[in-house]
Amino acid sequence: MIRLTDQPIVIDDLLKAVANPAAGAIVLFIGTTRDHNQGRRVERLEYEAYAGMAGKEIDAIAAEAASRWPIAAVAIVHRTGVVPIGMASVAIAVSAAHRAAAFEAARFTIDRLKETVPIWKKEFFEGGAIWIGDQCGREGGFVDPALAPGEPGTKG
Amino acid sequence: MKVRVLLFASLRERAGRSRFEVEVEADCRVEGLLRQLENDMPFLREVGRFAVAVNEDYAGPERPLRENDEIALIPPVSGG
Repeated sequence: MIRLTDQPIVIDDLLKAVANPAAGAIVLFIGTTRDHNQGRRVERLEYEAYAGMAGKEIDAIAAEAASRWPIAAVAIVHRTGVVPIGMASVAIAVSAAHRAAAFEAARFTIDRLKETVPIWKKEFFEGGAIWIGDQCGREGGFVDPALAPGEPGTKG
Repeated sequence: MKVRVLLFASLRERAGRSRFEVEVEADCRVEGLLRQLENDMPFLREVGRFAVAVNEDYAGPERPLRENDEIALIPPVSGG
């Protein structure tokens, strides 16, 4: 279960998608939209995706997680469009026979998603709006595909 | 030959459009397309680093282009 949606994420759908009788653990990560960032009061966030490529990149991350850890299943859903404060913008569920693999694979999946998947977050705050990721001073030019772009996000 | 260019997020807003076609030389590579785009969109020289994808895969500057390729300019991603 891997997809983008412009509707509220239904967490129960992810849990059902990874349910497996051989699994002894399910780890669920939910990224939620925060009301502040770098001293600004955030009013809402809006996400834009390069849908086709985002799906392929997320597929690749799921495949890599499955190859690196003995997990049963992984489900990844990212919301697009306006996401009100306090709502889930991304959710990842991983099931495995044992909890260590589930925790590690879930951590890997969200970290990699934030580095390589072509999704962008626009932060609307009092008095303005910015695309997150654009603020750091950077040299113009190319990004090595092996060093795909990424910025510390606004969520932990 | 014709290729399709997609712009996202800050680049889309600065350009005022999200997709368009451009005519390039038959032996054009990613780097050559970017130089050509900078003529129409000088802000591309000023914006920070961005990545490029060809047909939905990250691609380096030397990647050759083919007719009808889809080239996306990808500012630093910030999903999650």
